[in-house]
Amino acid sequence: MNATTLRRPLPRYALSESWRRRLPLLPALLFTIALTQVPFVMSIYYSLTDWHVVPPGPREFVGLDNYNKLFSDHFFGQAVWTSVKLTVVPVLGSLVLGAAFALLLDRRFFGRGIVRTLLITPFLLMPVVVGLIWKNQMFDTLYGVLNWGIDKLGFTPVEWVSRYPTWSIALVLIWQWTPFMMLILLAGLQSMPSDVIEAAKVDGATPWGIFRQLTLSHLRPYMELGILLGTIYLIQVYDLIAVMTGGGPGSTNVPYFVFQRSIGGGWEFGRASSYSIVVVLASIVIATVALRVLSNLLKGEEAA
Amino acid sequence: MSDEPKVRAVGEGRIVNSAFGLLAWIVGLVFFFPVFWMVLNSFKSEQDANTSPKLFFHPTLDRYRDVTKSTTGLLSFADAFANSAVVVLLSTAIVMALAIPAAYALAIRPVAKWRDVLFFFISTKFLPVVASILPIWILARNLHLLNTRQSLIILYTAINLPLAVWMLRSFFREVPRELIEAAEIDGASLRGQLTSIILPIAAPGIAATALLCVIFAWNEFFYAVQLNPVKGSTVPIWVTTNISTRGDFLAKLSAASVLACIPVVLAGWIAQKRMIRGLAMGAIK
Repeated sequence: MNATTLRRPLPRYALSESWRRRLPLLPALLFTIALTQVPFVMSIYYSLTDWHVVPPGPREFVGLDNYNKLFSDHFFGQAVWTSVKLTVVPVLGSLVLGAAFALLLDRRFFGRGIVRTLLITPFLLMPVVVGLIWKNQMFDTLYGVLNWGIDKLGFTPVEWVSRYPTWSIALVLIWQWTPFMMLILLAGLQSMPSDVIEAAKVDGATPWGIFRQLTLSHLRPYMELGILLGTIYLIQVYDLIAVMTGGGPGSTNVPYFVFQRSIGGGWEFGRASSYSIVVVLASIVIATVALRVLSNLLKGEEAA
Repeated sequence: MSDEPKVRAVGEGRIVNSAFGLLAWIVGLVFFFPVFWMVLNSFKSEQDANTSPKLFFHPTLDRYRDVTKSTTGLLSFADAFANSAVVVLLSTAIVMALAIPAAYALAIRPVAKWRDVLFFFISTKFLPVVASILPIWILARNLHLLNTRQSLIILYTAINLPLAVWMLRSFFREVPRELIEAAEIDGASLRGQLTSIILPIAAPGIAATALLCVIFAWNEFFYAVQLNPVKGSTVPIWVTTNISTRGDFLAKLSAASVLACIPVVLAGWIAQKRMIRGLAMGAIK
């Protein structure tokens, strides 16, 4: 940044240089702080109280009471386990599929643009629509396409959503998030220097060897980025659960549980806040790793 | 970054390449099938939709007429689309008005510790929405903003702002420094530099960023359903309330779904290359 070496006309008003630089940043910064940090601090405070909102009750400070009760709350334990499954399975599933699709699309073939367009479409659909069409046209016991296929093959139709809520939702999430992973990995593949591959070929490397030694190691930061961003979004999934099962054992994750215990009818804002703080703690752990990865990428940019 | 695939060794892998091309087509069509089926169902009668899967039928536009005319829920098609349009466009406009100067202060004439500020913005994306929904709900209730479009405009601005700052910074960095420095020497103000040099050059990136904000705001459901369940509701709420609990509804649901998704899907298809760059490279480069 050599802007400081330039001669600039004298400031017309009495603002120091550093404040003149800060000024354009402030509205966005203050807005973001007001809308994210302030409510978060209030959530922490709520989580230390016993507070029933509808019908309105007194807000009593109870210290860490809500957190002590977490460990004995069977339903909360279930929600945590569901959250883990509904995050890990879709992230890994969509990463593997996304990598396979990206490798297919990295070749030249007829209609490549059309295939890419087909593949990214699920990510552009409205999530509630994704949940509703999978539930009603794919998974449905009577008229669903999946059960029609199963029936034709001579097996008994399965009540997917009610018998396997976790796996049904996970499958739909994989379908929805594969394009996202594919796009990130495709960007990675296309930024790969081709001279390295040519050199490896000249040295007699096999395609599998090139893939393992060069492609995979080049894609690693992109995969990490995909895993981390995917985790951050998937840990918060709400829409699909709301429209596919409306909650229940095996599909209520922690965010949905927070909703059920508060605005969704429980109205226990103190208890519910303590659940959401647990999600935040989990996210902070993930985000710390994520920011470290991003930071390394940024440092690479500066060195370049 | 060029979008062209790297040229593989000429000749040698012709057959292999067409085999992979064929595989890619099959994968693409299978993956797209649920969308194709949704579109197909939307042109069926309810009898044709609610039976074992039918590929051939008498196509009809009646379901589209049903869902746009009738009001099964409290919310009509016209109201929902008007509400969504207002909320999405206004929130995106506010996001851009806040993010463009901020990106300038992070990329072109950076503030001290710009890296920390940038990380602060992106780290707010890592804060789950459940962490703030309860205080926001209480606040909206006390300010009488529940069931209003204003609450959604403010919240959608908040969700999209960090991403917009992050992406715009990466686009602004690519504006040639010499041009900006020349304008600075000529004494151009911040606004002058923005309008005469930075905005025209970064226009495609700004458009991609705005488009991404529009997509996220248009599809948003969590805040919409928590804060805004009746009046002023948006398209996702319209889709979910449009399912009648009596009788068959698959064809009508499909028609409503197609209408709800079309604006964003079309925009995404048209702008896909730039969005790929914005999403993936914007974060990396």
